Amino acid sequence: MSGVPGATPFARSVWLILRKDLTVEVRSREIAYTTLFFAASCVLIFAFALVREGRAPEGGAAGILWIAVLFAGTLALGRAFERERQSETLRALLLSPMPRPAIYLGKLLGIVALLAGTELVLVPLVVLLFSARLFAHPFWLLGIVITATVGIAAVGTLFAAMLVRARSRDVLLPVLLYPVVVPVIIAGVQGTAALLQPVFEPALVRFWLLLLVTFDIVFVVLALWTFEAVMSD
Amino acid sequence: MPKWFTPAAILCGLMFVISPVLIARAPDESSMGMVYKIYYYHMPSAWMFLLAPLVCGVSSALFLARGRAEDDRRAWSAAELTVLFGALTLITGPLWARRAWGTWWVWDARLTSSLVGWMIGWAYLILRRYGGPGSDKLAAGVALFGAVNVPFIFISVNYWRTIHPPTTVVPKLPVDMGVPLWFCVFAFLLLFVLLMTMRLRLEEARTRLDALYVALDE
Amino acid sequence: MSPPPASRADAFDFPFVAVSDVSRAFGRRRALSRVSLRVDQGQILGILGPNGAGKSTLLAILATLLRPTSGDVRYGTLTATDGAALRARIGVLGHDLFLYPELTARENLEFFASAHGLPHPPEAARTALTRAALDERADDPVSAFSRGMRQRVALERALIHRPRLVLLDEPFTGLDDASAAALLARLRALRDDGAIVIVATHDLDLADGLLDHALFLRDGRVAASMARPEGLRSTYQNVMTRALGSAT
Repeated sequence: MSGVPGATPFARSVWLILRKDLTVEVRSREIAYTTLFFAASCVLIFAFALVREGRAPEGGAAGILWIAVLFAGTLALGRAFERERQSETLRALLLSPMPRPAIYLGKLLGIVALLAGTELVLVPLVVLLFSARLFAHPFWLLGIVITATVGIAAVGTLFAAMLVRARSRDVLLPVLLYPVVVPVIIAGVQGTAALLQPVFEPALVRFWLLLLVTFDIVFVVLALWTFEAVMSD
Repeated sequence: MPKWFTPAAILCGLMFVISPVLIARAPDESSMGMVYKIYYYHMPSAWMFLLAPLVCGVSSALFLARGRAEDDRRAWSAAELTVLFGALTLITGPLWARRAWGTWWVWDARLTSSLVGWMIGWAYLILRRYGGPGSDKLAAGVALFGAVNVPFIFISVNYWRTIHPPTTVVPKLPVDMGVPLWFCVFAFLLLFVLLMTMRLRLEEARTRLDALYVALDE
Repeated sequence: MSPPPASRADAFDFPFVAVSDVSRAFGRRRALSRVSLRVDQGQILGILGPNGAGKSTLLAILATLLRPTSGDVRYGTLTATDGAALRARIGVLGHDLFLYPELTARENLEFFASAHGLPHPPEAARTALTRAALDERADDPVSAFSRGMRQRVALERALIHRPRLVLLDEPFTGLDDASAAALLARLRALRDDGAIVIVATHDLDLADGLLDHALFLRDGRVAASMARPEGLRSTYQNVMTRALGSAT
């Protein structure tokens, strides 16, 4: 299964890196806990800021959910790559014969797993605090949440990896990431909000879902193509 | 600077000086009077604001593929022009909109996409300035992602809100309105080329200077 | 002389490393200027010089992490563009050790063994742990290790795929006498096995008697290059003062 002679097989490399990241995270749980807590705090702050007379603004629940995911995701990305930077282990990965795109994909899946774990807590929290009946259409919800998370993670992983040795990387990540994930946020929020409407329109949700899927495919492929060029000196 | 630069610069300057005369002589739009005239600067600005990121995106892709410094210089210069013409567009636009629509800003597809695109241009420049060594490759990646993102941004914002006037305003304009408009378009295009050339020369000079510093140490 | 295990990477083996006129600049700062060297298999080269001389930059270029601004590096018939195939034959022990602190020694070694596509990672890890005399601590997280112990794990990690070219950046930092002696013995064993060993260090006393060749770097330039250097400390001082004198 190896395209390049001497290179470690692609799928195996992806799995190795994913497993390694999950093991490291399970051991220390640092990023998981801090991300989760931060996301929950975000939601609470928004609740205090926006809730009037016991009710959130219309469609506010969807927006709050995705802002919290985006902010928490940015933090998690920064921390995940800071870890790699400390022992220069990213360099070690680049020095190994693992194909570079596989390194990207392995890290991407790890970040998606982390964010998914956070959303497992966030979504019920939002449902609870804002009386948002998100679980009325569970499969659509799952689709929107997964595709939007992959969208944020796909661009975020590439940018965070690129910034590992840049100066001012902590503030540069959001500066670079947020404009580029605008379509994901719009689609995520609108798709989630569509699930909360009194009259449910599957066609509307389907449209946003399709946009997200397209975004994910285009940008993951683009990232796989450019990862090598962007990481080389 | 190439030989054609000075004559072109003089021409461009003259065109901008003459343009208000041409614009003033064009007929007033019935509902809005004089304010409509800012459209003659707004639209060419907007077109340059579309051209610049295109150049930036293509140059960035070439830079990532081939690694040649001239592609990188062109991308950086184009990014600066994106921000410049974007600023012009985003200033003249609301001035027109205030009279036309009664509000400074609306969240429709075109305006919002423009704003996001402008921000990506800023992100590029901030990265170049503060990213440290290696930020040429990183910025190229950002530019490429930003460029590919344009249809997504447009579609997503479009289905979110929409009020902008139809895109086919230009062909339907009577000749009186058309000539000053095309005159301004040409003037802006010339300005674009001149600024791009100046910026490229600056960057080339900087590269030569770096090489001289390095050679001094040999 | 035990030959390395048969692997698909054998087809990409190389008998020497040749650096020709390599320069590297970072913006206005010139890190390396027209450096040339050649090392054949079964030899140890020492890159010696003060801090900021360009030793790490040169090693990074040899490791294919950096591209030279001019000049080229050949690994036999291979070059850096051969990508993964070449990287599979290079082992690097960097200043920062490249170990995951949250993982145990065994897990680190198994991970990198798998990353290099070795057929039996657990076995390779076990052998490496025994060689590093760390069997009892194999299942402790690396973060709990002393610097010397971490260095031993890192060295095994760098060598687990039996690379042809071994690059070491300041490997003697923070080692006690016993560990340093063990490292020296290990490097000699590698050399006898036919590997190409390149060590960057400013630990002249330890390197004395180890090196087959020495390359003295100062300010990115080659100040001197000699075979079988003796009395390293005095040679080094001579070379450096001469280099200082001839610099404009």
